[in-house]
Amino acid sequence: MERVPVLSLGDALLVSIQIDLQDNTVLALQEDLAERIVSTGARGVLIDISAVDIVDSFIGRMFASIAALSRLLDAETVVVGMRPAVAITLVELGLSLAGVRTALDVERGMKILRALSDRREVRQADEADADLVPVAEGGGPAAGA
Amino acid sequence: MTQADGGRVRALLRSGDKVLRRWVEAAEEPLRGRLTTGELGRTCSDLLSVLVEATDGGLDVRTDAYAGARGFLTELSRDWARRGFSPTETASAVFALKDALFAAADEDGDGDLATVLEASRWVDALGLVTFESFARAREQVISEQAEQLLELTTPVVKLWEGVVAVPLIGTLDSARTQIVMEKLLQTLVDTGSEHAIIDITGVPAVDTEVAQHLLKTVVAARLMGAECTISGIRPQIAQTIVTLGIEFGDITTKSTLADALLHAMRGTGVEVVRRAGSR
Repeated sequence: MERVPVLSLGDALLVSIQIDLQDNTVLALQEDLAERIVSTGARGVLIDISAVDIVDSFIGRMFASIAALSRLLDAETVVVGMRPAVAITLVELGLSLAGVRTALDVERGMKILRALSDRREVRQADEADADLVPVAEGGGPAAGA
Repeated sequence: MTQADGGRVRALLRSGDKVLRRWVEAAEEPLRGRLTTGELGRTCSDLLSVLVEATDGGLDVRTDAYAGARGFLTELSRDWARRGFSPTETASAVFALKDALFAAADEDGDGDLATVLEASRWVDALGLVTFESFARAREQVISEQAEQLLELTTPVVKLWEGVVAVPLIGTLDSARTQIVMEKLLQTLVDTGSEHAIIDITGVPAVDTEVAQHLLKTVVAARLMGAECTISGIRPQIAQTIVTLGIEFGDITTKSTLADALLHAMRGTGVEVVRRAGSR
């Protein structure tokens, strides 16, 4: 089985899918991503699907569940480069991927992640002002008193 | 019996110029003045010779023996239709052959019922061939036009850097929405635009189905990472939408294309200001 590589880029993970997606490939990707988010403490996940031209309802749902899973681990997911045909298919299947951020290409996707992490820093700075310990690296929940 | 009577009809057809002359006379009446006698005579005589040949294979118009005759009739029907003849006129010209055949049978003194019926059925079948080909030709024209219309009415235009719009004109159905959707989404990819505007000023009515199609397009654009605005909602349409209970959810809607453009430009970080001193 082919595995989709997960690359670490700053505080984000970059997943570029260049192969035909099989059900087990996507399941493996989900596992890999969960592990990598925890081990790297990534704050964002960028999934580039510009090379994917066939999706089914299972894979469509997996995008949503990957997004839900990353959010649970405090990382935002951006799906970028979806092809028109894929978008139409997902809509026809009734999957609107609520909660998944989308962007036209990797560059714009990174911009979204950067904007999100900026906002997070502002929030954390506010929390620090309120005499709380800033979140340390490691990705665990903030040890707020 | 069919074979034997086929022979009778064949014999009647071959009974000389009288049949042709009578046919032309009878056919001329419904076409009065729109085709010269000479031309009608030429057409009838050509058709008659084709038919005489075809009757060697029996009287069943659907057989291969009639391929030439059918082709002739199809061509005739198309040609006359182009000149503005109604299908009734074309068919009556063919049906006129009946008169000629009956008269010929009468003259020969054996115009028995079986022969008349057989001849009548045969000519009817021929007339129907012209009618059918007329309908088919019409159908083809209609489908070609529908296709052209589809191509014509779905342009995707760039309004601003990063803003594209589709001005929709005419009734929306599934086939059209599909094309609009595909074209719009492809343009988003090609131009890298993050804002799309669907303008429905030219859409005469919005029902639940049309709304469903619009929503699908917006969601598909969102999936690709673009924001989609619907503009050009006329007062009556707004009322219909509310009456039908259609929920547009968090989709941005604007009453005019100008508003939508302004909204999209703001979204891309462009601010429009009036220069001081201008009107």
